[in-house]
Amino acid sequence: MKFAIQINEGPYQHQASDTAYFFTKTALEKGHEVFRVFFYHDGVNNSTRLTTPPQDDRHVVNRWADLAEKYDLDMVVCVAAAQRRGIVDEGEAQRNGKDASNIHPRFRISGLGQLVEAAIQSDRLVVFGD
Amino acid sequence: MSEVVKKFMYLNRKAPYGTIYAWESLEVVLIGAAFDQEVSLMFVDDGVYQLVKGQDTTGIGMKNFSPTYRTLGDYEVKTIYVDADSLAARGLTQDDLVAIAYEDMDTEEEIENIVEVVDAARVTELMDEADVVFSF
Repeated sequence: MKFAIQINEGPYQHQASDTAYFFTKTALEKGHEVFRVFFYHDGVNNSTRLTTPPQDDRHVVNRWADLAEKYDLDMVVCVAAAQRRGIVDEGEAQRNGKDASNIHPRFRISGLGQLVEAAIQSDRLVVFGD
Repeated sequence: MSEVVKKFMYLNRKAPYGTIYAWESLEVVLIGAAFDQEVSLMFVDDGVYQLVKGQDTTGIGMKNFSPTYRTLGDYEVKTIYVDADSLAARGLTQDDLVAIAYEDMDTEEEIENIVEVVDAARVTELMDEADVVFSF
């Protein structure tokens, strides 16, 4: 089956990203396809490379990045939601006159059309959030 | 933009302003219009407050996005459903909600108000019929 995954909550505060991670990982291990993981609302906070949890805790951002690396997963962060919350890539930083970018290189910033397209192209859209 | 036409349901469960879900859900609906899908909106729980008439946000310093709902007919939204039990539980009736018009560009048929209050059984049925449920 082909899945699209939507994550609506940030890391640590909510379990949504953890649950989505295990769902996605298991789906891939069982041979299913994941068309795209889309981060929306506070979910965009899952993509900052500056995240630094205590060493005895899971690293939510790197865990997603490792999974994406292993399965060549397309992880998209909504541009409008990201800009509101201070998540920027190099291009967005320059365009908006910011002195730094903070997105993890395994994620990419794009528009909401990517979510709609993922829902059309996949057999199931699975939404994780409150 | 896409040959596949699916039944999209945007499920709105939260009050406006207290959290950003309502506004960012609306942004998906507006962008999604470009994809020419069969779109409906469903309002349940505190989500019914999103459609309440006469919203005034001056006291909270946030943008009042409620006028946007009245334009949804121009964004390919053909049907809007409101859960009757959620309305009743909050002491609201359809008279408290905005009217949203829809005009079919091909047939020029005009519907004055596409907001429809439905019972729980119908809510379940409509969700079941949808190919995709965007839950906010």
